Amino acid sequence: MVIVQTEPIDPSLLLHDFTKRAGGAGAIVSFTGLVRPGEACPGNEAALVTALELQAYPGFTEKVMAGIVDEAQARFAIRDAMVAHRYGRIGPTDPIIFVATAAHHRRDAFLAADYLMDQFKTRAPFWKKEHAPDGARWIEPRAQDHQDLARWG
Amino acid sequence: MAKVLLFGWFAEKAGWAEQQIAGATLLHLKTILGECHPDIAAALAVGKGRSAVNQSLVYGDAPVNDGDEVAFFPPVSGG
Repeated sequence: MVIVQTEPIDPSLLLHDFTKRAGGAGAIVSFTGLVRPGEACPGNEAALVTALELQAYPGFTEKVMAGIVDEAQARFAIRDAMVAHRYGRIGPTDPIIFVATAAHHRRDAFLAADYLMDQFKTRAPFWKKEHAPDGARWIEPRAQDHQDLARWG
Repeated sequence: MAKVLLFGWFAEKAGWAEQQIAGATLLHLKTILGECHPDIAAALAVGKGRSAVNQSLVYGDAPVNDGDEVAFFPPVSGG
């Protein structure tokens, strides 16, 4: 299941519903990603992020993300997987993404959640702009994100 | 005419997010866009951008028909 929405994400509610649907699974793993306030250099508090603005491509964004979930289903022994991703303007500490996987055994659930996050970081069609008191800047995947993607071959 | 969509800094730089543009192929549309916005053409040329036709990623060229939806966008980042 793929949810792309501008409304706030409620991780506990999503996990509750996912757990109910995953009847028979032996393991559920969930991950929640939050907007980081950023780490300003001393004396440069003006660079602290005040908001993250995400743009999506409705239809295409869901389609690409559903394809990635299908890849995870084919690659790992999981029974179910879901992702909820927020877009629009999001404040620091707010959830931006929620991923959950259900499997018979924990290892597959952990691996699939890890795989999904690494794929979404560089492949999910969103465009991010960071707003700070000193201005706004577009964010692109970092070198670390590409290394994380390369782990999966 | 194709419905051409721009996202991220491509849209900001061009000053529009949607335009009707006449072009028979993806490369043709890319050339038209690049003539007005060399920085977008440069990003697309070095792989710092992607294209999609009717919401499917396209590598290289593809025919474009009347009413098709064509998108150009800079690197994506989720999570």
